[in-house]
Amino acid sequence: MRNVYMIDDSIISPLGFSTKENMDNLRLNKTGIQVIDNPAIWSESFYGALLDTDKLFQAYTKISNDIHHTKLEKMMLVAITKLLEKNPKLNIKKSGVIISTTKGNIDRLKEKNNPKVYLHSIALTIQQFFNLEETPILLSNACISGGLAIAIGKRMIQSERYDDVVVIGGDLLSEFTLSGFFSFQAVSTAPCKPFCKNRTGISLGEAAASTWLSSKKENTKKETIKIAGDASANDANHISGPSRTGEGLYISITKALEEARVKSSQIDYITAHGTATPYNDEMEAIAFTRAGLQEVPINSLKGYYGHTLGASALIESIIARHCLLNDELLCSLGFEELGVSMPITIIDKNKKQALRRVLKTASGFGGCNVALIFEKVAS
Amino acid sequence: MAELQQELKEKIIEQLSLEDLEVSEIGDNDPLFGDGLGLDSIDALELIVLLEKDYGIKLKDPKEGKAIFQSVSVMADYIEKNRTK
Amino acid sequence: MIKENYYISDYCTIRDRQVYRNGELYYKNLESVSIKSFAKEIYKYMELSYPKFHKMDELCKLGFLASEVLLSQREEDTSENTALVLSNKASSLDTDRKHQETIQHKDNFFPSPAVFVYTLPNIIMGEISIRHKMKSENAFFVSENFDANLITNYTKILMSTQKANTVICGWVDLDTNKYDVFLAFISKKGKIKFTESALNNLYKK
Repeated sequence: MRNVYMIDDSIISPLGFSTKENMDNLRLNKTGIQVIDNPAIWSESFYGALLDTDKLFQAYTKISNDIHHTKLEKMMLVAITKLLEKNPKLNIKKSGVIISTTKGNIDRLKEKNNPKVYLHSIALTIQQFFNLEETPILLSNACISGGLAIAIGKRMIQSERYDDVVVIGGDLLSEFTLSGFFSFQAVSTAPCKPFCKNRTGISLGEAAASTWLSSKKENTKKETIKIAGDASANDANHISGPSRTGEGLYISITKALEEARVKSSQIDYITAHGTATPYNDEMEAIAFTRAGLQEVPINSLKGYYGHTLGASALIESIIARHCLLNDELLCSLGFEELGVSMPITIIDKNKKQALRRVLKTASGFGGCNVALIFEKVAS
Repeated sequence: MAELQQELKEKIIEQLSLEDLEVSEIGDNDPLFGDGLGLDSIDALELIVLLEKDYGIKLKDPKEGKAIFQSVSVMADYIEKNRTK
Repeated sequence: MIKENYYISDYCTIRDRQVYRNGELYYKNLESVSIKSFAKEIYKYMELSYPKFHKMDELCKLGFLASEVLLSQREEDTSENTALVLSNKASSLDTDRKHQETIQHKDNFFPSPAVFVYTLPNIIMGEISIRHKMKSENAFFVSENFDANLITNYTKILMSTQKANTVICGWVDLDTNKYDVFLAFISKKGKIKFTESALNNLYKK
């Protein structure tokens, strides 16, 4: 079966409107999470990572003057346009397009009968904007959507349905999701602290990102990133509580390693889901330990971005790609002292280190899990 | 108190969709979680909402729920002492 | 390219207060007053004993029941590698609207965790996975209409790459009292060859 490479990407987030700007801010250990006083979202102040609306408007007006697009659509359209501008060789009309979102334009649900609340409306918007023949595929698979979309894109390229795939992910920080997580008593009273003893829950965020997957490595520069293995498995345990044995995540990791034909000792770096809820982080620590990965440096990027739902695993995969290319580890922001029962190795400061393979994992409601292995290869 | 206990049993069945269960099958001192009614983590969160919505009790720390939701009779005692509506 | 042959071993539709299994009427109750009561009647008819069923939202109940109809007569073990590839149009909008009602008014603001947890369409796959201990691949796609091309293609990819031995695929949609459920069990055994047009024909039947 043919290889699939991650060629390039773009990120639109509170930490910047390009991947480079995001990477620069990550290296400075800056966070997009701050106190938000916005009664339109929540009656009290809370911690979250909100995208600057003015900045988004400025970026969007450069590409379109259509006032009908929603905030999320603007985010996604800007993310794709930036990717296309940087890559004249990428022909989106001949590519498969996969959209990853959990809630789409959920901020419009409070209006009566707004058709934008249907997720496929986003697929149609993207189709029209880029004049695509095929309607993009839309995946909505809870918090693993962004990672699963990469896996699905890779599988479709391998099966020769497409030569190239553009994956787009995005979600909003909305009253809808925030109120739900508050009802779950899962929202942190400070910027979230993944894997830390003092963690009290998640911070939510919003962002959009896109990446170009291709079967052709000539599209790349000196070194390139191959998607060496991927797998997804359900816990079959509980619809909201993570499995206490980390079953689905463990299976996902094991199968991804198998496909990549590597042992756990050949993984150099893990960028985990790490939502900072007590149960999630504990579950991950158990799964990593079961897979023999407890000594591999791990971070969660939720301390920088908050949990961006359908965008999160996509953004985190993109960052993983850049860490691999630059041989660097990013500190797991918010972490002070280990707060899980297994002695996993959390990265407490940025480090330069030769890297060959990264494991990216995500887990979500419905018991879903995904694992992806990215490997650096010579172009 | 018996009245409040009866009311709680009805609400628990209704709110937590325990359709296979009758009010008469829930004993005042039966454990609600674990081997008792077999409620789970979402049910515990739902009971926190029930306390707030129907009795005006806002738990400061959701972990308090564990002690309060031991049984219908413990829950009723707590509500009687703390209710604001 | 995928060369191996796969088959539609069984299929089930739930529509207009009727349940069909492999094209034959399995259950109907034209007097049902609501989706909730119709779902409960099917549950009783099938003599299921599964308290978690009552906690599900209506979308999950319909998907769950269709999977029960599909799997009730199968003997092989589905726990190891039966993937789920589901799709619909309205995502979890039916329950999204219920959650929205609980937060729409500031003076009556009581979001319910038991409702919120169902505001994701892939929860159906979680419920089916829990019931049958299926620790396997899941994917939930959203499209305007049943996309037999996508579902057939992705299902074949999973089977040809050994990411799944068998697959339950189909459409589970619910949008304000309108529902449409079609599930198919895909394996290496059966009479109907698994193609896009065959799947589409069974869906439209």
